[in-house]
Amino acid sequence: MEWLIMEQWSPYAVGIGIGVLSWITFLLSDKPIGCSTAFTRTSGMIEKLFRGNSVTEKAYYKKFTPVIDWEWMLVFGILIGAFISAKSSGQFQLTWIPSKWSEAFGNTPILRLVTAFVGGIAMGIGARWAGGCTSGHGISGTLQLAVSSWLASICFFIGGIITAGLLFRFF
Amino acid sequence: MLATIHNQKRSQLVIGLGVGIIFGFLLQKGGVTRYDVIIGQLLLTDFTVVKIMLSAVVTGMIGVHLLRDLKLAQLHPKPGSLGSSLVGGLIFGIGFGLLGYCPGTLAGAIGQGSLDALLGGLIGILIGAGLFSEFYPILDKTILNKTQFGEITLPQWLKINPWLLILPLSIGIIALLYLIERAGL
Repeated sequence: MEWLIMEQWSPYAVGIGIGVLSWITFLLSDKPIGCSTAFTRTSGMIEKLFRGNSVTEKAYYKKFTPVIDWEWMLVFGILIGAFISAKSSGQFQLTWIPSKWSEAFGNTPILRLVTAFVGGIAMGIGARWAGGCTSGHGISGTLQLAVSSWLASICFFIGGIITAGLLFRFF
Repeated sequence: MLATIHNQKRSQLVIGLGVGIIFGFLLQKGGVTRYDVIIGQLLLTDFTVVKIMLSAVVTGMIGVHLLRDLKLAQLHPKPGSLGSSLVGGLIFGIGFGLLGYCPGTLAGAIGQGSLDALLGGLIGILIGAGLFSEFYPILDKTILNKTQFGEITLPQWLKINPWLLILPLSIGIIALLYLIERAGL
């Protein structure tokens, strides 16, 4: 069972594993794997704490009720699964700055945090604007051959490649 | 039998959690819960993300379409339009390049201790999702439905049997992965 605590697996083994996992969700849950609605629901739950039940009257929260659902549990599960894998292979470590970032932009945590925060806002808006993320469109949608997902996924990478390229070249 | 399981709310939450744990475990083992690997993909120096995604797509595509032919599963293609898929996709891409995680791998990054994912990315995504919900009514009226194409799949659009696309596409993806490996990427 030593392979379970190996630091890294072949990307193809991981990809095939995720593909098989998608069969399971279609079979057992009648749902494709996705992640981004969990963030909308969480955002709604937090807003509800501050602004009360009127929040659930918002048009978007009528589509995605701010409650814990299947996809929310899935995203929470990702956190646990990654923790188990990292901890059992000795890779769990609290870090402020990824090494590729510090090589290019130095060791100031605040700069990394602000960039991640701004990127997070764009991602939160973009994922719901496009109706999915790298999981829901990028894997689950493309494997169903959905036109929307192929278009959105290509745009994820076009936008990401241009942004990362500009960031690392000019700053 | 399957429909009964689909309707059991509690069991579904447990299945969701279980699938998530395996998914997160796999993402971490693949290295894609790390900023360095994702940004390496966007800088086109490390093709781990593409290798994982494309092998998942080939495996998933063949299996899910077989399940559908056996009447064990139904497809759920998402609706789309140029206004939502294209514009939203590009906005997501900007976030992808700045954040260096996507929503799923961000959860995994938090699980392996990345504080930039927890204190920068997570808070940002939650605020972004909240902002979208706030402005949804006006976006829905103006841009989201521009040039709609609905819940259509490529085989429906091309009016062909899905397998006529699945087989060449799978071969094409495997050939592409072979070339990526040969180029040493």
